[in-house]
Amino acid sequence: MAFALTPEREKEVDELLSRYPTNRAALIPILWVCQRQLGWVSPEVIQWVADRLELTTAQVKGVVTFYTMFHQEPVGENVIWVCRTLSCDLRGAKAIQEHLEGKLGCHAGGTSEDGKFTLLKAECLAACGQAPMVQINDDYHENLTLEEVDAILDRYASEEAAQ
Amino acid sequence: MSEDKDPSDEVVEPPSDAEDVKAAADRDEPTPPAKPTPKPNPSTAPKAESKPAPKPTPSTAPKAESKPAPSTAPKASTPAPKPTPSTAPKPTGSMAPAATGFKALVSARYDIPDAHKLEVAERHGAYKVARRALMGMTPEKIREEVKAASLRGRGGAGFPAGVKWGFLNPGPDEEVYLVINADESEPGTFKDRTIMNLDPHRLIEGILITCYAINAHRCWIYVRGELAHSIAILDQALAEARKKGYVGARPFGKPHEIEIFTHTGAGAYICGEETGLLNSLEGRRGEPRLKPPFPAIKGAFDQPTIVNNVETIAAVPDIVEMGGESWCNLSRLAPRDGGTRLYGVSGHVKKPGIYEAPVGISMRDLIEEYGGGMLHEDRPLKGVIPGGSSTPVLRPDWKVDAPNEDHPLHKWHGMSEIDVPMGVDTYRALGTMLGTCCAIVMDSSVNMVEATRNLMRFYKHESCGQCTPCREGSGWLVDVLDQICSGKGSASDVETLADIANNMMGNTICAFADGTAMPLLGMVQKYRDEFVEAAKAGTPLDVRHDASTRDLLEGAA
Repeated sequence: MAFALTPEREKEVDELLSRYPTNRAALIPILWVCQRQLGWVSPEVIQWVADRLELTTAQVKGVVTFYTMFHQEPVGENVIWVCRTLSCDLRGAKAIQEHLEGKLGCHAGGTSEDGKFTLLKAECLAACGQAPMVQINDDYHENLTLEEVDAILDRYASEEAAQ
Repeated sequence: MSEDKDPSDEVVEPPSDAEDVKAAADRDEPTPPAKPTPKPNPSTAPKAESKPAPKPTPSTAPKAESKPAPSTAPKASTPAPKPTPSTAPKPTGSMAPAATGFKALVSARYDIPDAHKLEVAERHGAYKVARRALMGMTPEKIREEVKAASLRGRGGAGFPAGVKWGFLNPGPDEEVYLVINADESEPGTFKDRTIMNLDPHRLIEGILITCYAINAHRCWIYVRGELAHSIAILDQALAEARKKGYVGARPFGKPHEIEIFTHTGAGAYICGEETGLLNSLEGRRGEPRLKPPFPAIKGAFDQPTIVNNVETIAAVPDIVEMGGESWCNLSRLAPRDGGTRLYGVSGHVKKPGIYEAPVGISMRDLIEEYGGGMLHEDRPLKGVIPGGSSTPVLRPDWKVDAPNEDHPLHKWHGMSEIDVPMGVDTYRALGTMLGTCCAIVMDSSVNMVEATRNLMRFYKHESCGQCTPCREGSGWLVDVLDQICSGKGSASDVETLADIANNMMGNTICAFADGTAMPLLGMVQKYRDEFVEAAKAGTPLDVRHDASTRDLLEGAA
């Protein structure tokens, strides 16, 4: 199915293109706009972006595969990144990850059965002073305890239910 | 890189820094007070009095800190439900100068509620210097002040910003660009985010002055993709500044157009390398470029480009206001390494966070005075990674060996490594690097082999892959460490690690491979016994540093 942006997002793209001397420079920001709409970067998105910026699909795909934050397959409604780099690990990130795996019933890299959460391991998210921490979608949750992790998950789950 | 071991036995009192007195910076006070004396009792938080940051008791420490002044950022650590976190700045650690009489510069507005809003920031002095600089100073004069300030780049390499600017020599058809490196991703480093979240207008003001000084008309702030909120805050701040006319065709009425944009990354540590960043900015894979040509000659979009770190540029307004030399002299290491800077401390300390202090405090000051001391009283300091994961570890029980009077560290001969003042040159002389000045503190519970493996996994994951020694070497290091940690190691593994690392260094396009190899070599050198023992043990290693914090997590709830 062909991909297309909503008219509002098209406007965003126009604004992004105005920021740079070349169209290609807007590639990563435009991929972000697409991922925000669809949830991941599908082959159709790659085709659409390539057409829009007059690049080859190989050029676009080369960029998509280079950057960890672009999802190359569908993900859950919420994406949880658990920081596992040293400062977080020193303050218990492994326990946070194991706890999340137990709660969600999937390992890091997987998605919970109800499709609500995808759990991923992250390298340093630049919040070392607030370790341990996770990023859920755009939001940082810092200085976590296991109890807080539970409360946060419940909140996200009920938000989803309410919508 | 990573840490190391051994209880810090007997530490010598920090050197009395007699001569480099400009110690505690205080703009208003002609006679700067002496450096802070380390508090004997780590539990007494020195800053408590002056700042609103809640004082944590050891067990609750982590969370208390995350919510700085309630007013500053209500959502602090308590995660708001889903859609909420809006653009309210997230507090990062409590800020507070511990040095008596010290007056914060870069972090001066951190504790002011809503300082991310232009109106509030302006009430507290924002844009005053930029207005004066653009209307009343020549670009040459500003460049001279920045050069006189000995502002060493805050992104890790420590190159003097004024000298870097001096490399520009644009041709008649060339356009100079300024690019701000806000791709903060070095493990242990979390300082630039505080500037963007809590005082974005200081960064914008620095950009305006810098653009004018180097004759640039366009600036991009390259922010790592994870920091969606920082980007939103910056965009909002830019919109306000544009509306006021500070950013645009005639900033403060000066006919020198300056446009500033944010640019969003997408998760790649290597984009913090300046030429990797430029490739990423141009919409390519973030693979570093061969140098020369350096960016000042041929950078973004093939034009002459200056790439500076967020904190570097945020220091510019104060330098211009105070004069380069006065600003420089705030440092205890003036004149070669000037000013004040943001210090970060994370890991096993009571009060992890970002703190501003003069350049040249010691690691011991940072841990005990600012960081509140070790997290657990009964677990002494084993090692500390001084400035981001790429900097070789310091061991408190290792002494400075500089008997020769000509040695730059002679003054600290015989003292602990952690008593040497933190400066770009002093740390280089010590065999490590100051890097981003954000320390990772490890206590005696930490298994250094595991800690090293943790960091090497990071480098393996983040190697961009274009140079074979780095792509393969970073993977091999993890393979060998995995082997050791799974109980299948052999005595020769430790040599193999050093061998791989030595073959990575100096053989690649950028410094990433060196940044991987150096910390590994530092670990192996300083904790060799632990590596040898682990390789011979024949049983899987206990990941002690995880187990030891589990009770904390559960207990703190």
